[in-house]
Amino acid sequence: MTSEEADQRPVRVFLVDDHALFRSGVRAELATAPDQVEVVGEAGSVAEAAAGIAHYRPQVVLLDVHMPDGGGAEVLRRVRGEQPDVVFLALSVSDAAEDVIAVIRGGARGYVTKTISGRELADAVCRVAAGDPVFSPRLAGFVLDAFSQGPHSAPVGDPELDLLTPRERDVLRLLARGYAYKEIGAELFISVKTVETHVSSVLRKTQLSNRYELSRWASDRRLV
Amino acid sequence: MHVISRACDHRRVKNRYQRERAREPRRAPTVTAAVDPGAPDRPEAAGAARAAAAPSAPFGVPGADPFPVDPDRPTEPHGHLVRDPTAPGARPPTLYRRRGGRLVAGICGGLADHLGVSVLWVRASFAVLAAFGGAGLLGYGLLWIFVPQSGGDEPPMTDRERQQGLGLIILGLGLAVAVGLLGILPGWLTGPLGVAMVGAAVVWREADESQRRRWREGARTGMAGALLGGGGRSAVVRVVSGAALVVIGAVVFLAGSASVSDLQFALLSTVTALVGAAVLTVPWWVRLMRDLDVERAGRVRSQERAEIAAHLHDSVLQTLALIQKQAGSEREVRRLARGQERELRTWLYGPGGYGRGDAAEPESPAAEPGPMLSAQLARACGEVEDAFAINVDQVVVGDCELDDALTAQLAAAREAVVNAAKHAGVAEVSVYAEVEPDQVSIFVRDRGAGFDPERVSADRHGIADSIRGRMERNGGSVRIRTAPGSGTEVQMDMPREARR
Repeated sequence: MTSEEADQRPVRVFLVDDHALFRSGVRAELATAPDQVEVVGEAGSVAEAAAGIAHYRPQVVLLDVHMPDGGGAEVLRRVRGEQPDVVFLALSVSDAAEDVIAVIRGGARGYVTKTISGRELADAVCRVAAGDPVFSPRLAGFVLDAFSQGPHSAPVGDPELDLLTPRERDVLRLLARGYAYKEIGAELFISVKTVETHVSSVLRKTQLSNRYELSRWASDRRLV
Repeated sequence: MHVISRACDHRRVKNRYQRERAREPRRAPTVTAAVDPGAPDRPEAAGAARAAAAPSAPFGVPGADPFPVDPDRPTEPHGHLVRDPTAPGARPPTLYRRRGGRLVAGICGGLADHLGVSVLWVRASFAVLAAFGGAGLLGYGLLWIFVPQSGGDEPPMTDRERQQGLGLIILGLGLAVAVGLLGILPGWLTGPLGVAMVGAAVVWREADESQRRRWREGARTGMAGALLGGGGRSAVVRVVSGAALVVIGAVVFLAGSASVSDLQFALLSTVTALVGAAVLTVPWWVRLMRDLDVERAGRVRSQERAEIAAHLHDSVLQTLALIQKQAGSEREVRRLARGQERELRTWLYGPGGYGRGDAAEPESPAAEPGPMLSAQLARACGEVEDAFAINVDQVVVGDCELDDALTAQLAAAREAVVNAAKHAGVAEVSVYAEVEPDQVSIFVRDRGAGFDPERVSADRHGIADSIRGRMERNGGSVRIRTAPGSGTEVQMDMPREARR
């Protein structure tokens, strides 16, 4: 599909959430932006999700973090291998950093909270479909916590992956403060493109770094 | 009306639940639900909280003073506090061994509590009874085996009481041995018997301790856990030395009454018989341990379920009922839903919450940390959310204990959020706090009206006093970035005291 066609056609979205009520809510919210997104199907369990994604071939899957039999991470594990070009965006009410980070490490390209408005959600879907990560302020905070250099933090194995550059840290801080990319660029005197590059690099490190495996980071490292 | 009757119903359930909790003196510690912050203005929750706060000792007033002439004392020394008259009948009196302020096994203390007399007299009686062919010792031993330990929040004993008690123990043992020597029991029996009894007492006391430790630290599994209960090396030493004393007593008893070859044969045959019996009964032991574990896990699960049910009763169902009643007022519905969501989140994902599971076990045994910045910031934001019916999103990176300066910073941040809620004209305010080794920064941001800092009229004190004044008095700084039409961001930095 060429980029021009992509601009014209709405992004095909598949919903995965074990609460039917919530799925219908998201459908209604996304229906306010019909030119941007189109919901092609939904599933309420891991098995249904795997089958549905294989059948409908959506571009973006909105994925609930907490589900029975393995949650979002399990869906990612089953689908990622077979369909590497499907993009996942995690959507959750969970406040547990470990769960959110686990889904990101499983391959999701972003995380938004369920209180997000329909308009913002549609924007986020378009952005992940275009290849950008979507960091909600909360996710930015979780990642900052995970890469913090506190007294309890895990040893650094590969500095290339296990440490954030000062610039990446600045970008994350501004994301956590609720700044948009454009505002971050203005604040740091860099282009929006550069901001996107930094955010993508942070996402890559979050997915590949081994720091999480080495300690129970969420409970131990918050103390500075 | 329907709602109200449901609420009463629910209160009864809740109270019964509390009673049953209070009645169970020996339970593995479970996660306790956070008390609903909204309790004071909800009568049923307040009642439940009162019931929860009421003391629930399984015995009456701990008999710390030797002359219990306490006018407030309940007529039944074992009695529970009086709860609502609709309660099912009071339970029959139960005898427990005392945990606190005990000398050997806490039996005299427990009896004294049970009978409502002074501990001194009970101890003296046992000492005198010991003279009658060791009847006191026998009785003490039997009670030790059959009477359960109490939960153990009695006060420790005074030095004087301890001296008296020890004196009585020595007197009792002396009487037993002396009278035994005078002919009731032959001398070759009393000595070894005494040694063996001391050994048994050491082992039994260790068993009490290990049981106690297991209550405190939750269910353990495995044979070693049941035996030592996580007491470490000292527990092993005590158990082994006690067992050695018992064996020495037995050997001396045998050696005094038989020839050496007989003794060898007897020892060999005894050991063989014991080993044989152990091998034969291994499957039973294993099954016993396994059944015990299964049963314990089941009990913990059902307690957890009751805990969760009670919490949901108290919080979510109440709020849903209120939302139905308030359905006309959108603002009120939002406020209720937001407040309830916050409370439930804290309960699920907060420190030590249900969603945390075992990950919440602190590795460093920090003694009760003070109020934490993240929790207090969440509370302040919650208050503003409720008062102004707006959304306050918070992200906190890092965490630390509050000191005076940080408390002032929190108050300033709260004021900044209030300002945003009042003047920005937006439904959402973002708060970001970051704890670094040398400073704590809090940002409060809205995308609302903004203002011209030069043109704030002189009678407005919010920013000048509540934010800037508070921060600067404590050595912090404030930076405000705003312009009409482009939102406002208040940045508050507070240096942290040198960490010890």
